[in-house]
Amino acid sequence: MPRFRRWLVFPLLGVYGFLYVPIVILAVLSFNESGLPTAWTGFSTKWYGALFSNDLILRGARTTLVVALGATVLATIIGTLLALGLERYSRSVLFDAFAIAPAVVPDIVLAIGLLAFYTMIQFTLGTVSVLFAHVTFNIAFVTAVVRTRLHNFDQQLEEASLDLGATELRTFFRVTLPLIAPGILAAALLSFTLSVDEFVIAFFTRGAGVETLPTVIYSMVRFGITPEINALAVVLLGLSFTVVVVSQRLIGLRRVVDNA
Amino acid sequence: MTKRLSKADRSRPTRWVGRLLTLGPGGLYLTLFLAVPLAVIVTYSFMRRGTFGGVVYQPTLENYRRAVDPLFLRILWDSVRIGGLTTLLALLIGYPAAFAITKLPTRWRLPALVAIVLPFWSNFLIRTYAWIVLLNREGILSKALRAVGLTDEPVGFLYNRGSVVVGLLYAYLPLMILPLYAALDRIDPALDEASADLGAKPWRTFIRVTVPLSLPGMTAGSIFVFVPSIGNFVVPELLGGGQAVMVGNLIRDQFLRARDWPFGAVLSLSIVGLMMILLVVQAVQLKRTRAHA
Repeated sequence: MPRFRRWLVFPLLGVYGFLYVPIVILAVLSFNESGLPTAWTGFSTKWYGALFSNDLILRGARTTLVVALGATVLATIIGTLLALGLERYSRSVLFDAFAIAPAVVPDIVLAIGLLAFYTMIQFTLGTVSVLFAHVTFNIAFVTAVVRTRLHNFDQQLEEASLDLGATELRTFFRVTLPLIAPGILAAALLSFTLSVDEFVIAFFTRGAGVETLPTVIYSMVRFGITPEINALAVVLLGLSFTVVVVSQRLIGLRRVVDNA
Repeated sequence: MTKRLSKADRSRPTRWVGRLLTLGPGGLYLTLFLAVPLAVIVTYSFMRRGTFGGVVYQPTLENYRRAVDPLFLRILWDSVRIGGLTTLLALLIGYPAAFAITKLPTRWRLPALVAIVLPFWSNFLIRTYAWIVLLNREGILSKALRAVGLTDEPVGFLYNRGSVVVGLLYAYLPLMILPLYAALDRIDPALDEASADLGAKPWRTFIRVTVPLSLPGMTAGSIFVFVPSIGNFVVPELLGGGQAVMVGNLIRDQFLRARDWPFGAVLSLSIVGLMMILLVVQAVQLKRTRAHA
């Protein structure tokens, strides 16, 4: 193994500093009594209190929860089936590309496309239209995660089951599904996190009066420094990091990195 | 091998049922919510805008003619420059970092990569907001400069192109480092040794062996950073004030304010066009790399 050249540490530490200093500052400020970035007036958790009694944020969080849960359930089912189909029944490169396309198309393009489409078929904009929009890009990520899992297990297990006389359906439920279950769960977690954080597509497809958590954050930060946002940052970070840790347990660090 | 066998083993009728059950729902969903919406955008780009917003179904090339108007071309050029600068900086900062990770002891590599990706999992708007807190006139940086006596008055670092580039860089840097790492990690260490044995100095090996072999990673990372950068309207708005308008802002305005959807459709197709060009460049490059190998 090549010896680690000592000077290489500096660019690497520089990058970590760049990535983490802003986040750490927000986290520290969330406990600042004054709420201002310039003056530390003492430790306080009052901004967390303010956060959890902010009606706008709570309502946004509720909508986001509905959207993320719904989109996750739908995308996980559709995406898992799609992954199975692509791995077992299809050799079409075109279909492969189609399944990954929602993740490749720039979000603003998908967003206005869906807005135009909804308007054209006169689909009422609201929580449901955001949910359906989120299913679209989540399918791509679920399919990718489940496919790798399908690709990596020993397929002779399936063949053994078929040879022993199990039907294809029984083989699926008794052999394939238990084997890919961790992958499916990780895909669902990924899909949930992506949905909770997604802003652009929700912004265009939500319609008037409907706010998701990110659209609430957007309107808050547009008006400058808002101390509750610091507290919210810490809460959301905690949530995302937990999800990362859990998925790491489920599928290994390698996939967490690859899927980001 | 086993995969092929098992495919052949399955009987014809079950295969068709399986195909339909697995590929059917996804294919249908993506057709409805991806292919059709994109087709609608393309169609709208050839239509006239309605007087009160909306679209009148009269074919026209007017929107495309307006898109080559110097005013818009300047914004497109600005976006490409800001996106390009962001990409270049990401490459310059990301390359040494990715290279350093490949030289870490094996057990440290994965944790080091996860640490690069982790911030990426937090809310994008909040990460952008963090820079408002840092760069504001009353912000941390301004305060720090006053504290060390470099300046007496509050200094604002926001609302210029520089702050937009910093915000975009912060948002997308991990997307540059990951493919770079993947490409650098794939390089056979034996090549380094061979180059050294043949008498090349380390930097020469780096320039003549490592850099060319990591070219696909550089291209992939550049696309991952450049494409979302030029379509981003949040960073220019929050960190750029009114100073930097990018294509993303223009698209947002056409759809949500001016309500000129056909023109907005043309603008968004310009992003798709740029992306397509880059993907073709990447494909050509991949082909060439494979031909060499």
